[in-house]
Parts: sequence; structure tokens; C-alpha cells
Amino acid sequence: MKGLKGVFLAIAISGAAISGVVQAETIVATGDLGLVVERASGSLLLVDQSERAVISRIEGLGDLSHASLVYSPDQRYAYVFGRDGGLTKVDITEKKIVNRVVQSGNAIGGAISDDGRLVAVSNYEPGGVRIFDADTLDPVADIPTGSKTIGLVDAPGRKFVFTLWDEGETWIADLSSGEPKVTKITDIGTNPYDALITGDGRLYITGLFGEDGLTAIDLWDPEPKPIRVLPEYGRGQKDLPVYKMPHLEGWARAGQEFVLPAVGHHQVLWIDADNLSETGRTDTYGQPVFAMSRPDGRQVWVNFAHPLNDTIQVIDTVSKDIVHEFKPGKAVLHMEFTPRGHEVWVSVRDAGKVMIYDTRTFEKRGEIDAESPSGIFFTSRAHRTGL
Amino acid sequence: MLRQLTIGFLCCTPVLAGETSPPTDLINLVHQDCGSCHGLTLKGGLGPDIRPQSLSHYDVETLSTVVLDGIPETAMPPWRPLMSEADAKRVAEYLLQGELK
Repeated sequence: MKGLKGVFLAIAISGAAISGVVQAETIVATGDLGLVVERASGSLLLVDQSERAVISRIEGLGDLSHASLVYSPDQRYAYVFGRDGGLTKVDITEKKIVNRVVQSGNAIGGAISDDGRLVAVSNYEPGGVRIFDADTLDPVADIPTGSKTIGLVDAPGRKFVFTLWDEGETWIADLSSGEPKVTKITDIGTNPYDALITGDGRLYITGLFGEDGLTAIDLWDPEPKPIRVLPEYGRGQKDLPVYKMPHLEGWARAGQEFVLPAVGHHQVLWIDADNLSETGRTDTYGQPVFAMSRPDGRQVWVNFAHPLNDTIQVIDTVSKDIVHEFKPGKAVLHMEFTPRGHEVWVSVRDAGKVMIYDTRTFEKRGEIDAESPSGIFFTSRAHRTGL
Repeated sequence: MLRQLTIGFLCCTPVLAGETSPPTDLINLVHQDCGSCHGLTLKGGLGPDIRPQSLSHYDVETLSTVVLDGIPETAMPPWRPLMSEADAKRVAEYLLQGELK
């Protein structure tokens, strides 16, 4: 928000020059801002990437454990999905909550439609997806699934895609003509735990907890079918206990490959983006939770499950080798890159800090205080499918 | 994998039989780490509700065995590699009573 002082100055000058004219509205640019979830205290920190600083704390969002959020296309509003089923609309220019509904007993994330008009929330209890008007938060549609619902993403054409943990089905809800038209795809696999959609909106990839491998769906196919990916990646190895489910949201694509965390193994997996065959594995320090791609795809930053969650490893995507390893502190929960990837923000829950690193030199560039920080969400997500 | 096992072993060895971690550490572990699946407030997530009223059919012994050995064919992992039996018993007491004396 470097330009802000300039804007104020311009307003002050023009105000003085044309006194008596209606005061111009203060312009607040939000393109380099972001929100940090403070999971235990139910608050958000509004942060400025360029200044590496906190602008404001916004309180009163309920239970924010495992909370996530999405942004409106104009990067003014954030829709925050709390674990307690709360859906909160925050105006980051006014630094305040503008609307809040408690839409279920137990929620697990959400998405915003490609046109920015609809916000969908994925629920564990009662299982299903509820869809709201992004402007008013009035209910628009309710899609009960009878199952814990995971991996909710937006897809092009005013669609939402999500998956059923208990039944192993993926549903595609098309809201392009008002009432949702739901297409159900069965036989996704046992206990799908999370899913992602590629940035082009074509592939929806589901991670499986109950069996090895992943399942892909080609959303460009008029009749999408489950495609098994790496069905034998853990074969011959004993699975380790899983103390934290990995996340697939931060999937990495480097040239022609995807990088994904393995479940129950100390590895990330490399997959050819065209034919979905395995192209390699990299052994890691622990069980990966996030494998996040720097926006240019040259590096993948990986954090790990309890009790090895004090460490980050950085993998070079050309050599597939680990090129850097360091310990920011206990309980590294999330990482978020600046839009062009020059810096990364890292939440370190037990240190009560968000640390900021240069991604080329790995030098620490700054830190901010935060109460039990978890997810970090920069406004540039507003313009990316699936985020 | 070897590294993981070594670290797990090192973490566990200093905990002698009968000796337990400080209550604040155990309560933190329950809410932060059990909470990854059961929710920070323990009312359930991908894993079930584990507040006292939902666990009333368990006694301390059975529940600490569940914590130590997990539940096969489900997402509940065995915590034995990371936790002493004495700590598991304290965790079970905390889960059943909602407080740790």
C-alpha cells in the first residue's frame, strides 16, 4: 500500500484547492494486503505485504481453528469460513465485519464462484454444501450430502466441486441457471480427505486417506470419470501414523509437473501434468502438510506434521533436490507467497509470530506478532481459480 | 523414515514410567494436535466429537488404549510413538473430566 500516502496528499491538495466541493472518498488500495488468521482468539490481522506490517486487528469471528477465507473479485471483501459454521464477511477497506451468519454446526472451508456472486460453504455437520449470495449472505441453495464434505472448490462456469469423505463421491454443482444441477461421480476412492483444482480449472485432484494414490477428474470431459493416479505409491512401505492430514490447496506446478504431499510417508510425489504418471519422489524431513509452489514454480516449500512441525524444507523443482532447510520455530502451520514470489510469509503458531523470508537468499526480512497464527491469505488469491 | 523413528525414540526415552508431562503441555497437545482432526474445541471435525459427554461410555483405561494404539481402519493414529503410557492416561482423564488436576 505504498501509494496510499500519495493518495491522501492528492486529496488534501485538491480539497484545499476546491474547498466547499464534496469531499472525495478515501481510496484504499488492497492489492498488496492480506489477512492472517489468529486461530485461538477468533481474530484476523490485516497485513501489508510491502510494509511487512500489521495494519489492524479485526475481532469477533468465532472459532477460527482450521479457518480459511476467499476474496471478492474487487479484493475489498473477505469471506471467512470458521470451524463453528460461521460465515463472516469482512470489509478490509473499512477494517471491520460487515455481515455474519452461522450457517451450520461444523464447517470446513469454502469457495467463491468465478463471477464473485456466490459463496459456498462446505460442512461436516450436517454434511453438505450451502450456497449464499455474496452481497447479502442470504441463502441461495442447500445441497445436503449426508456425508462429511471436503475439497470444495470453485470451477469455471459458476460451478462448485466437492467430495464426500464417507461415500467417496465427487459432486459437481452447476449454478449457471439458478437452481443447482448436480452431477455425481462415484468410485473416487476410500476416504478422500482433500482436493484441489488446477489453476486452469481443468483437473480436480482428490487425495485419499483410506488407500494409496489420488483420483483425478478431467472437468473438460463432458462425462467426467475418475482417473487413478499413483495407485501404488506406498506399496511395499509401511504407512506411518498420520497425525495431521496434508492439505492439497498449495499444489505446485513446475513446468509439466505437479508436486503433492504423500500421506503416511516422508515424501512428496511428482506427477506429469499431461498423463498423470509418476515422474519422481523426493524424501523429506517428515510427513508433508503443505507443499506450496512459489508462484514461478521454481521452488516448492514444504512444512510437516506434528511432531516435526518446526522445520521447512525448500525443494528445487528442476533438480527435485532439497536446497534449503531451516527451523522457523515450533508449529509452522502455513506459508503464503507474495504474488510474484519474492518473499514468503510463514506462520509459526507457538512462537506467536509470522516470519517473512526472501525466497532467493532465504534471509529473514521481517516478522510480525500474531496470536496463534495459522492461515495467511493474500488478496491476490481473488484472481485465482480454486483459491 | 529412519530419522523419524530415531527422533520419536529420543523424544520418548526421557519420559520414565509414572512420570508425566506438565498439565499445560498435555492440554495444549489435546487442543492443538488432537484438535487437528477433532477441532480446537474438541467438538468434532473429520474425527468425532470428543468432549466429555460424548466419551462417557469410555473408562480411563480403555480410552488411554485408544490414544496409544489408535483405531485400525480409521484415521485415528496410534500416539504410542510420541507419548508415554502415563501421559496417555492423563490425556484420557482430561478428555473424560474436561479438566486436569
